Amino acid sequence: MTEIGHARPRAEDARLVTGRTRWTDNLTPAGTLHVAYLRSPHAHARIDRVDVEAARRRPNVVAVLTGKDLAEEQGALPCAWQVTEDMKLPAHPPMAVDEVRYAGEPVACVVARDRYSAADALEDIDVDYSPLPVVLDMERAVEDGADLVHSDLGTNASYTWVFEQGDLDAAMRDAPVLLERRFVQQRLIPTAMEPRAVLCEPDGSGPNMDFTLYSSTQIPHILRLMLAVVTEIPEHRIRVVAPDVGGGFGSKLQVYGEEVLALLLARRLGRPVKWTESRSEGNMAVHHGRDQVQKVTLAADRDGTLRGLKVELLADMGAYLMLVTPGVPLLGAFMFNGIYKMDAYSFTCTGVFTNKTPTDAYRGAGRPEATFAIERLMDELAAEIGVDPVEVRRRNWITHEEFPYDTIAGLTYDTGNYEAATEKALALFEYDKLRAEQHDRRERRDPVQLGIGVSTYTEMCGLAPSRVLGSLSYGAGGWEHASVRLLPSGKVEVVTGSSAHGQGHETAWAQIAADRLGVPFEDVRVLHGDTAVSPKGMDTYGSRSLAVGGVALYRACDKVVDKARTIAAHMLEASEDDLEFGGGRFSVRGVEAAGLSIQEVTQAAFAAHDLPDGVEPSLDSDVTHDPENFSFPHGTHLCAVEIDTETGFTKIRRYVAVDDVGNVVNPLIVEGQVHGGLAQGIAQALYEEAVYDADGNLTTTTMADYLVPSAADLPSFTTDRTETPAAGNPLGVKGVGEAGTIASTPAVVNAIVDALRPYGVRDVPMPCTPERVWTALREGGAR
Amino acid sequence: MIPPTFEYLRPRTPDEAVRMLADAGEDAKVLAGGQSLMPLLRLRLAYPEALVDLDRIAELREIRDDGDAIVIGATATHHQVVRDPLVREHAPLVAAATATVADPAVRHRGTFGGSLAHADPAGDLPAVALALDAVLLARSASGGEREIPAREFFADWMTTALEPDELLTGVRIPKAGGPGWGFRYEKFHRTAQAWAIVGVACAVRRVQGAVEDVRIGLTNMGPVPVRASAVEERLAGSTLSDGALREASDHAAEGTEPPSDLHGSAEYRSHLARVLTRRALTAATAR
Amino acid sequence: MPRIRVEVDGATYEDDVEPRVLLVHHLRERLGKVGTPVGCDTANCGACTVLLDGLSVKSCSVLAVQADGRSVTTVEGLSPDGSAGHPLQRAFHREHALQCGYCTPGMIMASLDLLRDNPDPSEEEVREGLEGNLCRCTGYQNIVRAVRSAAAEARTGEVAP
Repeated sequence: MTEIGHARPRAEDARLVTGRTRWTDNLTPAGTLHVAYLRSPHAHARIDRVDVEAARRRPNVVAVLTGKDLAEEQGALPCAWQVTEDMKLPAHPPMAVDEVRYAGEPVACVVARDRYSAADALEDIDVDYSPLPVVLDMERAVEDGADLVHSDLGTNASYTWVFEQGDLDAAMRDAPVLLERRFVQQRLIPTAMEPRAVLCEPDGSGPNMDFTLYSSTQIPHILRLMLAVVTEIPEHRIRVVAPDVGGGFGSKLQVYGEEVLALLLARRLGRPVKWTESRSEGNMAVHHGRDQVQKVTLAADRDGTLRGLKVELLADMGAYLMLVTPGVPLLGAFMFNGIYKMDAYSFTCTGVFTNKTPTDAYRGAGRPEATFAIERLMDELAAEIGVDPVEVRRRNWITHEEFPYDTIAGLTYDTGNYEAATEKALALFEYDKLRAEQHDRRERRDPVQLGIGVSTYTEMCGLAPSRVLGSLSYGAGGWEHASVRLLPSGKVEVVTGSSAHGQGHETAWAQIAADRLGVPFEDVRVLHGDTAVSPKGMDTYGSRSLAVGGVALYRACDKVVDKARTIAAHMLEASEDDLEFGGGRFSVRGVEAAGLSIQEVTQAAFAAHDLPDGVEPSLDSDVTHDPENFSFPHGTHLCAVEIDTETGFTKIRRYVAVDDVGNVVNPLIVEGQVHGGLAQGIAQALYEEAVYDADGNLTTTTMADYLVPSAADLPSFTTDRTETPAAGNPLGVKGVGEAGTIASTPAVVNAIVDALRPYGVRDVPMPCTPERVWTALREGGAR
Repeated sequence: MIPPTFEYLRPRTPDEAVRMLADAGEDAKVLAGGQSLMPLLRLRLAYPEALVDLDRIAELREIRDDGDAIVIGATATHHQVVRDPLVREHAPLVAAATATVADPAVRHRGTFGGSLAHADPAGDLPAVALALDAVLLARSASGGEREIPAREFFADWMTTALEPDELLTGVRIPKAGGPGWGFRYEKFHRTAQAWAIVGVACAVRRVQGAVEDVRIGLTNMGPVPVRASAVEERLAGSTLSDGALREASDHAAEGTEPPSDLHGSAEYRSHLARVLTRRALTAATAR
Repeated sequence: MPRIRVEVDGATYEDDVEPRVLLVHHLRERLGKVGTPVGCDTANCGACTVLLDGLSVKSCSVLAVQADGRSVTTVEGLSPDGSAGHPLQRAFHREHALQCGYCTPGMIMASLDLLRDNPDPSEEEVREGLEGNLCRCTGYQNIVRAVRSAAAEARTGEVAP
């Protein structure tokens, strides 16, 4: 039976549906102390005095510490991406010492016997603040004379990064069509369902103290290294475990102050310490996503043929640069051209400090912003020249014969078939029928108008070729590790450096190993998320797990089979060249009876009584895979919305997603990733926004104000696939974690604008709330 | 997050409850279903010294017939109200609006009286109580029993006419159901979980096509629920032609003071009040 | 400190508790019933949903003292032997109705309540019935499918294809 391609329900479900889970907050070793943080109520203020005496005297309180108390040892939180040589990188203490720069920044902490006592003691800490001018608006922040987030830097601009290719001036000059638009990517809160939690267990004392740090993190390996760098605790003394992790979406691709402080507090107190975030503090303290002002100019011929694209971005960094904060918008730099051919392209991005929660990766990280801009522009272009939005795309996209294709943004797209995905999507959507209905409703001046939105996206997955990361000044490589161990009894352990938090590695990786080794699925166990078990890895983000880590496993399996082949040939007294391997069995070509199972070879390798010269005992392998290129999933998404023009309410009537993510290991998991991605992308289009008031206080601190959609708010999706294998890896896989999110936001907004175009509307800012739609209708109608 | 400390009192009878409330002083709070109070406690937006938990007072849960009215016990849960035959027959608007409150799990705990006493301007039920001319039954150890008309009960933003030592024991709702009656609660919110940006509660009784009685209550159009009196006046006696209905609805926001907040501007709310009033009336008079 | 007696998943526990202790904290921290997680502090997410005397409640919005003398069923109670034997648990697995799994205990308990009330819900009824439970991974489609599949199985005794 072929495991790869089989829609197998997941192995990890059993513990998750029965409540037998290991969330970090479930772990409470004997003697655990509980930490609570006092957070700044000001967006920007000097800390004049912190009085913790009353809190220290409370019952059950073991310690109360301020940023000043820890100033000598807490170091600075890391930024791993120096995007330009002169990038301004302000010091970011885990706990504020002299100044707070966003509301929610930790100022002091209480360590107590239980979490109730810790919470109570926070109220007895007295802090005197002197408020400082608050910087909230990116565009004003970069004007001369603006108030400063970091006065010592002398500017709110962290960096300006430029990419140019082709002669943009020539492309723009005399262009028959020149579209200039300003789009705003609102600030989002990633909102993984599991709030962050961290537990640090010390062992021993003095310089030989070891630490096991459990954290709800996507990146146990990177976190371990960074904790060592920040705290100067030797790396080999730190073990990081990501137990069951309840979602991340980029928000747990981070090195957080609370993680550093857990280590320091455990060292200081010699006892396990645990901190679990509440949702309302998390909304302020987990890094946010998106937040860009995009000024885009598209030049085209009258027939819609693209000439060139100019992109000028302001990207809100928030108050500090965190792990990959400055690099996130640059991941979009290579994607603004989308699937289209053009002659010239220029991209400029300025990272801007504001007195808000730092931003960083959120599902898609840079690519959704880019895809939104180009896909919105393509619809605008279609409207401008009076051509169907699908047709204008067709006139510009790379045709399937043209792959591999070097894009104007400097990437080489290996494969793709935009025509096939689009045809399939149009058919499933019943595009022509819905266009007819739209026409009819317009004619009737129906108060409920229909809009159709198109998004033909691509994205870059499989982060990332290490040499590319090097050329972008990223602080690490992009490889991934896998090892395969055949145990003496014939069972198999797979170790991956990619750390799952909902993606289903325990199933998909076992499917790959079962297939490649010819063993039953049930005989494979996948281990991950513990630096003591998985010795190296680059962890999980950027839709990289399968395209990089899965390929590492594929190669590790082949490597183990190669070794087994040598042993089997020796045992069968045959030439290796004469051996065939299939279904878990080595057989001698042409000699039916002669053969050995891989389990038999494993036993022989374990016993090591009679191995060929130079062959080491035991059957296992290690592979570190560094991809040659990114992979490029693509697809066509079509969205139909019904807009109640009286109230502005938008209802998604139909949503069709045809994605090409290459070969598929587990269709069930792929479909699930698409569904979830769609929900998040739609949520950006319609519901979610982190809102600050004029003083810089976040007003969307709870789920009552930050609107995450429920089942009742979302439609049923129609999903399908085309399969154009990736050329860059033997599995032919591309990655699917972010595709749905990237594609769907512009599909929805395009549909809304399409519905309202007859009313003179050509944009609605996100999230397209009923009030904003209603306002756009009124203003459009007045024009 | 973690609630602050408080004393917990669990009376068995209404008498015991009002005595406890009086003894506990001004900073005591009544705990009914807790579905509004618990988040406030967890966010430390409220610091009561004592909570008087009504959960174990069976008689406060009762829903009974009272001649030309029904009386809904203060701690009847939303779940109970939605399913109660008396409510469905005689106050179908209450059942319909209650079915839109929060979600099933919250409706299992949340109570009718609690929603009214909490007096959140975005809550769905105060406007319903107001529209139906409900009378709130209060009781205290010192003053005995008192009846407070809904129009006096909602005093200000999240403030009621209840004295600190007064307990809401039940709500008397004049019957507004059966032949001739139509009703509708139009709730407009951004997501299923979100609070109403605006809600319109409407009950209409027609006799031979003409409006005999019309009541319209507005949710979240001011610090307290309000009646759309200008609409009601215009529709009295009307036969509800399309034009009349539309013309009357255009007056829905008259005399209101809608807030401007994260969820909507005052101007948008006024617009919604007009549209939703028309829709509520249309639905209520569809048969 | 009040002394309370609560039956949880078939076992009876007696404890002295501070009145302010939330039921979910009592379950998790006193009784070691960590199968029920906490996802927010405003009763929006529903991750902590359990049954209290047979009705779904958000255990973050109920005080432990309020459960005195009552019976609580958590997701752990659906599978006393640890195997995912309940039709809803099996359907969630079969239909891939979970990814990270953090919302799953609450989602399953809310679904249990939904099916008790309505053994044959339409898609729309499932969506509305679960409006108090947020999931960030699945987009809900497979959850809806799983609930309806479990309902069909309960009605017919057969697993839907």
